[in-house]
Amino acid sequence: MTGLAPSRVEIQARLEQALAERVPVAVATVVRGGQVGAKLLILPEETLGGLGDATLDTAVQSDVPELLARERSETRPYDVAGHDEPVEVFIETFPPPPTLLIFGAVHVAQPLSRFAKALGFDVVVSDARAKLATRERFPDADRIIQGWPDETLDQVEILPNTYVAILSHDPKFDEPALVGTLATPAAYIGAIGSRSTNEDRRRRLAEAGMSPEQIARIRAPIGLDIGAATPEEMAISILGEIIALRRGRSGGSLTFATGRIRGEGDPTVGDRDPTAVYRNHAVGDGEGAAAAR
Amino acid sequence: MKDILPEVDAWRSAGNQVAIATVVKVEGSAPRPVGATMAVSSAGDLAGSVSGGCVETAVFEEAQEVLRTGQPKLIRYGITDEMAWDVGLACGGTIEVFVEPVTE
Repeated sequence: MTGLAPSRVEIQARLEQALAERVPVAVATVVRGGQVGAKLLILPEETLGGLGDATLDTAVQSDVPELLARERSETRPYDVAGHDEPVEVFIETFPPPPTLLIFGAVHVAQPLSRFAKALGFDVVVSDARAKLATRERFPDADRIIQGWPDETLDQVEILPNTYVAILSHDPKFDEPALVGTLATPAAYIGAIGSRSTNEDRRRRLAEAGMSPEQIARIRAPIGLDIGAATPEEMAISILGEIIALRRGRSGGSLTFATGRIRGEGDPTVGDRDPTAVYRNHAVGDGEGAAAAR
Repeated sequence: MKDILPEVDAWRSAGNQVAIATVVKVEGSAPRPVGATMAVSSAGDLAGSVSGGCVETAVFEEAQEVLRTGQPKLIRYGITDEMAWDVGLACGGTIEVFVEPVTE
């Protein structure tokens, strides 16, 4: 790094710009040994700043993609020429926010949209019914698409960090939404409906040629088993299931669990964790599918 | 850090200096994970958290010091540490908090 080092304010400003643009970004800071406080901003195509040593910059930069993929921030030691002790660098990653795509601008979708925004999701609400898919009903949504599921799927790119909640209660909306999203790498596909609705739905999807593996990706009835009765409670139940899935947990009460209470993975659930099936999109045996409900 | 950005921007727009404290390492149990942040202004404002309330007051004082000197600082908190403010984590873990000025 030659020339005048950018100030912390410049790095902060560039970081905020990247966050607003939904660009994956990381900031590395020397916290022990070396040039404490030195910063390097790492964007997909460029960097800004420096950690006081060009080889350290390169080493840190090459660690960023893996941390971004795991949605982790971490302090790591690096051996640097001229330093007896390793230089410790805190790498803070800012993966783009996950998206919640809601099919069905129904009553439950309103608190779901509101709570999901509070959790940091980008929220997209889709419904063909003009009376329901309105800004008045969804003031917090990032996007409201008035259209049929296939039209919506043409407009929204579904990524591995997209979560889909299908809430329309009407097969003529639900089924195209299910068939369309099952062909995508969505992290989660949940569908509302009673157990008998879901039996019928699974049967129809099978008749339509969907494989058992594809059908097993559907979380239905949607949500965690917390006895949710009101739209707000159902929204919490759905978001609880989504959070558990993101963290690789099963969603029970911590009172009855052992092991770590935060972060990824639950040693008490192990290989049969139904969420693992979804995380890998690799539904294998019948047991996994059954465990997934 | 994203959660405290609105406050950081508002305080800086108001002409105050701002320090950000970040949990950069966690050993054992700790109330907040790596990456948790707290912001402090030269006017005495505070937003966010780095623990469940155990060390925020101490971090606030450290942040004022950092704003005075302009020098960032790494501080370690744990139940075994002998500390001037007699603070520590009730849950038995150790955290390292990096405090740095945003303004310069």
